[in-house]
Amino acid sequence: MANFLFGRLLQSLVLLLIVSVIGFAVLHLAPGGPLAQFALVPGLSKEDLARMAHEMGLDRPLPVQYWEWLTRLLGGDWGHSYRDNRPVLDVIAGRLPATLELMGAAILISVLVGAWIGVMGAIRRYSTFDMLATIGAMVALSIPTFWFGLIVIYVFSVHLGWLPPGNRTTVGGDGSFLDYLHHLIAPAAVLALVEVAIWSRYMRASMLDVVNQDFIRTARAKGLPERTVLWHHALRNALLPMIALAGVEIPTLLGGALVAETVFTWPGMGRLLLDSLGYRDYPVVMGILMFSAVLALLGNLLADIFAAVADPRIRMA
Amino acid sequence: MQGTLSPARVAMPAARTAAEAVLNVRDLSVTFATEKGPLVAVREVSFDLRAGETLALVGESGSGKSVTSLAIMRLTPSAPRVKLGGSVQFTDGKGRTRDLLTLEADAMRGIRGNEISMIFQEPMTSLNPVHRIGDQIAEAITFHEKTGTRAALERAAQLLDQVGIPDARRRLSAYPHQLSGGMRQRVMIAMALACNPRVLIADEPTTALDVTVQAQILELLKELQSATGMAVIFVTHNLGVVAEVADRVMVMYAGAIVERGDVVPVMTRPLMPYTQGLLHSVPRLDPEALGREPLEAIPGNVPDPLRQPPGCAFAPRCRHVEPACEAAMPALEEADGGRQVRCRRWRAIDEAQR
Repeated sequence: MANFLFGRLLQSLVLLLIVSVIGFAVLHLAPGGPLAQFALVPGLSKEDLARMAHEMGLDRPLPVQYWEWLTRLLGGDWGHSYRDNRPVLDVIAGRLPATLELMGAAILISVLVGAWIGVMGAIRRYSTFDMLATIGAMVALSIPTFWFGLIVIYVFSVHLGWLPPGNRTTVGGDGSFLDYLHHLIAPAAVLALVEVAIWSRYMRASMLDVVNQDFIRTARAKGLPERTVLWHHALRNALLPMIALAGVEIPTLLGGALVAETVFTWPGMGRLLLDSLGYRDYPVVMGILMFSAVLALLGNLLADIFAAVADPRIRMA
Repeated sequence: MQGTLSPARVAMPAARTAAEAVLNVRDLSVTFATEKGPLVAVREVSFDLRAGETLALVGESGSGKSVTSLAIMRLTPSAPRVKLGGSVQFTDGKGRTRDLLTLEADAMRGIRGNEISMIFQEPMTSLNPVHRIGDQIAEAITFHEKTGTRAALERAAQLLDQVGIPDARRRLSAYPHQLSGGMRQRVMIAMALACNPRVLIADEPTTALDVTVQAQILELLKELQSATGMAVIFVTHNLGVVAEVADRVMVMYAGAIVERGDVVPVMTRPLMPYTQGLLHSVPRLDPEALGREPLEAIPGNVPDPLRQPPGCAFAPRCRHVEPACEAAMPALEEADGGRQVRCRRWRAIDEAQR
């Protein structure tokens, strides 16, 4: 296990390096720059802009800039935001809890609801429920998140007035747990929709695969009641591939969070990334990129560890 | 070891003479609904099984032997896709006789794994990979006998010991992938015997094992049978195994019984051309047969179950065929020595071969 972890750590470091190189290159090669917004400001000449670029170090060759960014990062300095000069780490730390809250809720919904739909669909294959679930999953997968978010706001906030249209808490409210929860429902549901669809499909396939295995017939031959056969013998096996899926789905969820946060004016990392991209706030964008990469790698590592814990065949190997 | 068995079972004579029938199967039919129409996998199979005896069910792949055994356990997929016909009268330990085919699902579960158990062909995949083998054995005991987990595990250890697994107590916490195929089949047998069944259905239990292990498992089954007095239905296509274990043989072809009787007459003087073909296709190792003539095979294939010939199902492959054979399905006739054969020409064929 120690060897395995060490190997994975080394792999992860190499991956992070690659991510940072690609991210840095693409970000800087994109047209425009942090100073583009000042181009049309009266009173600022081309020379002024060039001087500012020089002061910010933006006129140097890209590899040199990258090297400086990297060495500083390794020294623990994530740089400062171009916009308000706050340390990048502070900026991200201020937004991270909101994103983790949203993602956590979405994961919980998608795993519980998606897995349940999948299992029921597999048990009652080709039933009305299964048909509806299949169609529903296709629809959910085809709906763009931002459009669905707007529809939810239109129906539940504007028309019915049940849910707040955005933000994490009521401005000037009491900040109670229920207030947080009330604000969380809509964005979490919107973010979870696609994931529920994905989980239900994978879960159904995995469950169907398992219920046709010989050991399920053995369990039935023992005379066990159907619910023991399904929930004790089949589900435990059907969940094993789902653990890997959870690891893979974390980056997808991060991408979805970006959209959901924008639609629901959720004060998380996703919206921060979008704003920072608009300003070409290179240090913050790179910071978020590295954070997301670490989160994705961590998710995969955790998935592997959990898989080893859950499957005795891997545990021994 | 013997302490795990109830005294009544041990006292029961292992010999089949005068023993009461535990299973009376009458006109058992299994029909699968397919897209191309109904597929009759088993047609009107009738037989009795007495306590302590071993009945071998023999046939090629697709002959309906496995489906027959699954139908007795009602482990075939449920209606409307599969229809079971006929009756399976089972007499339990308390002397009650009930038809398994019409029994309620709940009552049927009380019989499965308790009074009738089953072991399967593939020991490698028949055990749940994520549960410890001790728990998998104990599960049936706690469910059927309402004992506590501790007592059930204690029993599981005794059973593992009884089926010849060394260091049984420690093996309780092993996972299936840590055991070899032969060991896993022993675990399956321990699981099947957990509740002292009256009937054990063994569906090709040695087919997936190598020959030396095969012999050990057969020996083990014989020992356990003589100790418990249970009846065994042994499903196999291996005639060597039949000679080894069976008291009576039932040969199936295309879903129907074509010949049955005591093992010695059927194996030494088969009447039905199909049984003869089966026996001739067994490789022989005695010096007389070695290197003399090529191994005989039965020409052709098993008929498509969706397009059964109207007459004898074996007629298209039979070397003794005559036009009457293809007109109507022959009945199962009484032949000498308490045997039955489904062939209109058996007398003539038998005569010619003497």
